[in-house]
Amino acid sequence: MARPDRTNGDRRVVVTGCGWITPLGDDLDGVWKRLLRGDSGVSPTELFDASTFPTTFSAQVKGFDLRRYLGEEAAARHRDVSRNTGFALAAAQMAWKDAGLDDFAGLDRTAVGIYLGGGEGPIDFDNFVAAAVSAWDRQAAGGRGDLDTRRWAEEAEKRLNAVRELEQDPNMAAGHIACQFGVEGPSFNTLTACAASTQAIGEAACLIRRGDADVVISGGTHSMIHPFGTTGFNRLTALSTRNDSCMTASRPFDRTRDGFVLGEGAGILILEELQHARRRGARCRCEIRGYGSTADAFRITDIHEDGRGGIAAMRLALEDAGLTPEDIDYISAHGTGTEENDKIESLAIMQLFGEHARKVPISSIKSMMGHLIAAAGAVELITCILAIRDNILPPTTNYQTPDPNCPLDYVPNQARPARVNACLSNSFGFGGQNDTLIVTRIT
Amino acid sequence: MSTRRVVITGIGLATPIGIGAEAVWKSLLENRSGVRRITAFDPGRFRCQVGGEIEGLSASQYVPKAYRKSTKVMARDIEIAVAAAYEAARDAGLKTRCLIERGEAEGPPNFDPTRLGVNIGAGLICADLTELAGALAASTDESGRFDIRRWGAEGMNNLTPLWLLKFLPNMLSCHVTIVHDAQAPSNTITCSEASSHLAVGEAFRTISRGAADICLCGGAESKLNPMGLMRQQLLGRLTTSGNDRPEVACRPFDVSRDGTVIGEGGGLLVLEDLEHARARGASIYCEVTGFAASCNARSWHEPDPQGRPMTLAVRKALADAGLRPDDVDLIMTFGTGIPEQDASEAAGLRAALGDRAGQVPALAIKGAVGNSGAGSGAIDLCIAAMCLRYQRIPPSRNVTRPDPACGLDLVTGRPREAGIDALVSVAYALNGGQNAALVFQRLEV
Repeated sequence: MARPDRTNGDRRVVVTGCGWITPLGDDLDGVWKRLLRGDSGVSPTELFDASTFPTTFSAQVKGFDLRRYLGEEAAARHRDVSRNTGFALAAAQMAWKDAGLDDFAGLDRTAVGIYLGGGEGPIDFDNFVAAAVSAWDRQAAGGRGDLDTRRWAEEAEKRLNAVRELEQDPNMAAGHIACQFGVEGPSFNTLTACAASTQAIGEAACLIRRGDADVVISGGTHSMIHPFGTTGFNRLTALSTRNDSCMTASRPFDRTRDGFVLGEGAGILILEELQHARRRGARCRCEIRGYGSTADAFRITDIHEDGRGGIAAMRLALEDAGLTPEDIDYISAHGTGTEENDKIESLAIMQLFGEHARKVPISSIKSMMGHLIAAAGAVELITCILAIRDNILPPTTNYQTPDPNCPLDYVPNQARPARVNACLSNSFGFGGQNDTLIVTRIT
Repeated sequence: MSTRRVVITGIGLATPIGIGAEAVWKSLLENRSGVRRITAFDPGRFRCQVGGEIEGLSASQYVPKAYRKSTKVMARDIEIAVAAAYEAARDAGLKTRCLIERGEAEGPPNFDPTRLGVNIGAGLICADLTELAGALAASTDESGRFDIRRWGAEGMNNLTPLWLLKFLPNMLSCHVTIVHDAQAPSNTITCSEASSHLAVGEAFRTISRGAADICLCGGAESKLNPMGLMRQQLLGRLTTSGNDRPEVACRPFDVSRDGTVIGEGGGLLVLEDLEHARARGASIYCEVTGFAASCNARSWHEPDPQGRPMTLAVRKALADAGLRPDDVDLIMTFGTGIPEQDASEAAGLRAALGDRAGQVPALAIKGAVGNSGAGSGAIDLCIAAMCLRYQRIPPSRNVTRPDPACGLDLVTGRPREAGIDALVSVAYALNGGQNAALVFQRLEV
């Protein structure tokens, strides 16, 4: 038998559905309106007692109830899911409906894949801590203390629950989504830190281009607003500690920025091969036109000071899209609000875009909804799609003091009408992960 | 765009039966077991007290001197990946930054570092319980109960500032990119036991589509710690009949199988564009010709009795390679030793391959190495590539009475010589529903 063609270069990938669960709400247009208005989703942390932590606030999803999205019966089936899997199921349900797939009978479900950038589920904190503390033998090791693993085995078996442990695995969101929508195609979960969902969408587009799937449920989901998540980022001194003014704490590109604000949520997109979408009469929201992915190969903690990985990811995405910097009307920045990221991301854009860097509007919606970690890129890509639809750019809020290291146009504080045909969205992750997507109006 | 062919030019392994491709191969041929009573911690109150431990592994042996201090922030999973990456790069004759800085290769690199990618499957990395429990215990109130306000105010400072970075799953690939200066796409697949196959499949696609010339790909994991072992115990996956005889505890596809054992380990393969490999005169194990993935649409935690997702993955992978079931000469099974999982896998293989499933040799190696989660599949894939190279199949340890209901012809007892032109290797996630299959073929010259 002859080997099939491996390239299928003529298959174009479009977005036919979007759904999200964010700190600013869950309905597509409602959240968009709040973003354009410059609302903040940040408030004191209520998910656990963070009152003595270096950072006492976050951007939380409030009052989440899976039944509202799936109905009683389906929600009962998925009742044991972790917080992030619940977000993913809800966002996927909205995206599936938005794509018109809920009442489309002709779908080949073996050609529907899943590619998520899903985080791990929060640990079963109270039970884990109780078992760990009771297993700590203070007298051991000459008074320095040591773990008594026999005690641990007894306590942990008593306190921990098999299903809660199982649901922490990062591939479980994909597992639940497969069952909810009855899909049997390729299923992946990537966890490349803060770049995960941008990478997932890029790779999902590659699955469709190549013919490994016709439709992919893609995006990301994450919640690290839990004691160990906040501990981890606080120890890295990555979070803003502006506890007295939490709604203005996320200040991407502002000279007074002091770290990012932890958010949570999910963004799910239905990616589809263009002809497949057209044949079933689906509305095509935009095209996934370019994807670039690189590694800094520099340090686990720091970004390469020349921004070489970010530059290369953006350059590869432009090449993949067949576009030049001048074609880009808007950049959705990674823009975390950390000293290092915003400076180097600006530098990378200047290096690659040259003269055009000063003309292209750039903003970071993390100023309003915080950093959704693995889910950030997907939610930001959805805002790019809405910017193309409505020809308007979301602002970077809390921008007051220009930073000479960040001398570009960050769409400060006010949404801005603009002709938007092509958007570039960046996501960068700890360890030197760089991913860029380009979405365009369908022509 | 022209179609790029992808070959395997290097193999790196870190397993309970050896470190390095040849050492592991030799152990398998000799039918040795790496499973014994756990020594990393006292397993006395766990139901299953055996596992596959890697002896004498320290990542500092596999990195340039200047990078040794970074090994302090490597969880065991990361150390395994770093060791496997070194072995794989060396086996492939790649002059990476690591080998050059260690003085084992003369620079400059014999490839373009911006075209070297990394794609590693990783698990949910467990926190170091001793470190964490000690810190938590320092934040208890007078009655000995944990007080989160004490933790927030001071207790958390007992953890090193980089604490979080020890446990991020993408740190396996990140350390490997840094150590070897790999600047092309770096991805981390976290789909439990299917991770390695998905990562290798994606590396195959990455090279095919031209986004990289070479990829270090595979997976690594260690569940051999008090948290990882407890999770598997709670999930009821482990054999409890092997505490007295660890070396026969895990018996894939055997009528007497009653659960799996955890191991630690992993492997990385060097996948390379065929023309690139030829141009630098690389030694080639085999060609990667097919890949497909699928998922279970009925359950996220139980195997499909008919093995439907496995059937889908195998059928599509063969179609991707342009092969028919009759072209398959070896089945590299996943075989965990969990009764219903093995039955599901075998049913899926039989549905995909028909009569061929019972006519060609099959191999299951977890009896020797245990189940190392996200690293398991990569070990299988490395061994599969060696079977092709040497035209030889090592025995499946602990399979003494193959389950007739499974209907596979497992190679047992002693190695079997066989003419192998094409093989299929499969994997599935014990939870999450992901399945994947890869096809390797002897390179036609």
